[in-house]
Amino acid sequence: MTIVESTSSTTNKTLRFPLNAWYVAAWDREVVRKPLAVRVANQPLALYRTEDGEVVALADACWHRLAPLSMGKVVGKDGIQCPYHGIVYNSAGRCVSMPAQEVLNPSATVPSFPAVERYRFIWVWLGDPLLADPDKIPDMHQMDDPKWAGDGETIDLDCNYQLVLDNLMDLTHEEFIHTSSIGGKNISSSDFIVTHGANSVTLSRWMIDIEPVPFMRGQMNAKFPGFEGNVDRWQIIRYEFPSTICIDVGVAKTGTGAPEGDRSQGINGYVMNTISPSTDTTSRYFWAWMRNYLLDSQKLTTQIKDGIAGVFREDTAMLNAQQVAIDAMPSYEFYNLNIDAGGMWIRRLIERALEAEGAPWQPRT
Amino acid sequence: MAATNVEVWQHASVVAIDQVAIDIQRIVLEPQLPKRAEPGSHVDLKVVIDGEQDKRSYSIVESSDDGTRLTITVFKAPASRGGSVYMHGLAVGDRLEITQPLQNFPLRIGAKRYVLLAGGIGVTALVNMARTLKDARADYTLVYAGRSREAMAYLEPLREEHGENLVVHVDDEDTSLQVPALLAGLDVHTELYMCGPIRLMDAVRRQWTDSGLSYPNLRYETFGNSGWFDPEEFVVRIPRLGVEATIPTGRSMLEALESAGVDMMFDCRKGECGLCEVRVLELDGTIDHRDVFYSERQQNAATKMCCCVSRVIRTVPADGRERPAGHSLPVVTIDVS
Ligand code: FES
Ligand code: FES
Ligand SMILES: [Fe+2]
Repeated sequence: MTIVESTSSTTNKTLRFPLNAWYVAAWDREVVRKPLAVRVANQPLALYRTEDGEVVALADACWHRLAPLSMGKVVGKDGIQCPYHGIVYNSAGRCVSMPAQEVLNPSATVPSFPAVERYRFIWVWLGDPLLADPDKIPDMHQMDDPKWAGDGETIDLDCNYQLVLDNLMDLTHEEFIHTSSIGGKNISSSDFIVTHGANSVTLSRWMIDIEPVPFMRGQMNAKFPGFEGNVDRWQIIRYEFPSTICIDVGVAKTGTGAPEGDRSQGINGYVMNTISPSTDTTSRYFWAWMRNYLLDSQKLTTQIKDGIAGVFREDTAMLNAQQVAIDAMPSYEFYNLNIDAGGMWIRRLIERALEAEGAPWQPRT
Repeated sequence: MAATNVEVWQHASVVAIDQVAIDIQRIVLEPQLPKRAEPGSHVDLKVVIDGEQDKRSYSIVESSDDGTRLTITVFKAPASRGGSVYMHGLAVGDRLEITQPLQNFPLRIGAKRYVLLAGGIGVTALVNMARTLKDARADYTLVYAGRSREAMAYLEPLREEHGENLVVHVDDEDTSLQVPALLAGLDVHTELYMCGPIRLMDAVRRQWTDSGLSYPNLRYETFGNSGWFDPEEFVVRIPRLGVEATIPTGRSMLEALESAGVDMMFDCRKGECGLCEVRVLELDGTIDHRDVFYSERQQNAATKMCCCVSRVIRTVPADGRERPAGHSLPVVTIDVS
């Protein structure tokens, strides 16, 4: 009998994180002159801006005694001073002043990581700096494109980042978790199409001639006052390596040609999601809801943001509970359904990347 | 380039040895726990000197992508501390204890321009960096200075690999490196990485700040094994402890004092941290400061020395005459912490 070696992801409940990848460390507005402490992919970072506004990401531990640099203060054009014995580093992480002696120790450096400001976020690269090409940053252009408006928040989660990716790739859960807002009985019964590329996975679903869910009806009424009747609804979920998912969502008056490409009789939003692993079992989830209608309405921006924040709180509770269950019953496996196809493709792409980095997946102990 | 410098010890076998220049051997190791070596990294390995175990550091000249093969290069220094003699005695198939690659000399990606300056065997710390910069299509020059071509390892392969980006200075061809001329051409955005004899490194360090260049852009690595002068035997006395020891050319003062039972403090053992500092009470001779811890002013004051690397030699007569033969050994009287 031959035993076929299986590399299926079925047993991998949670995933480790590739390091040769861009992760969001913070919103652009959060990074100022005063240092900010964050943790990305298990790496504590001190983030700050130079006098010229450039973002700096240094390992958050002084070379000398590992005091957190984020507790220190910025000095000079681009430096940061350790709060403990006063060693000063420049933005490259090199010691420029060692108060207690006349000559600098040549080994005194702290790691400095590539950081890029884009799409209202600060992205960091913790792996091989030679591979840190900003073109590999996932496309989230709706975040700062003048044709789109909206805002979002950050959610701190007590779960592995892969569980969040699973959650976003599979919107059938909306029908059960988000019953009162964006759910609706048509989702789990409607068909979907999954495709994948080298770094992306796309899942599209159309629901034709259905009753709009409360949130979508509200949006239709904002754009088309007095609108009543059925809609065509779409959800086009696009994952991009390592952990960004942008969802093209919307509804249009049914029969007005939205599936064929004419969305003028509808409303269109983009749910922007990017998830950064903090540790093996915690993550930071940055999201925003962008729209391409009524761009000047700050009221609508706030209403949508507050509404969606409430929806996502329902996910948070589930994801945290799921991690607790995983940890409590380590010998229990995951089983997969057809609805998991999107999440399973992501798992495969991430596992390939981990293997290429020489870090095949290993069970947590 | 996370600076994780946890020493993970493992076995490695010697899989190839060949001569790459006079007294210089290339040694290929196959470690038990492969880990890819970043440019600038080194391994520590255990050597046996006069029956006693000791530790030496060697730069990694080349690493296979998966880290299963690490190449180091060893110069048999005429007056070495003894480690290189041991290393030159190795044969294919021998097993050694080595660390996984350690990093004290990281290359920063993203500088506008790079100069890599190698003096003699110091080239070993820069070969991998030069290759990385070439692959990254960076603007770089590898400057390689040595006494004679026969004594310079990897000259030909480096020329093939780096073409016009390699500049060679050879003492016995009268093309010696002129430090002021080298630094005159640099701007504040240039990063210089160097490894070589202490004379060269001191000259560059002193000239660097005078040239208005930014100090953090000067990167160097020292293994604490070269001085301004050839090592001589000398005597160290610690009156308070009633200790007197003679330091042979192949040992450091720190090692000799430890063997004499003195409880010594130290950390880096290569002249960087200053923890092994001793106070000089009396001096019959001249201190050959081999550290990079003291400033020039402090070294000239000659009241303290880093005993892990620095030595004492007989004072060279001011008129440059030959020293009388049979003259007694130089002596330094010190106190320790
Ligand atoms: S811990 Fe930072 S200077 Fe001492
Ligand atoms: S032990 Fe560090 S300078 Fe001597
Ligand atoms: Fe949800």
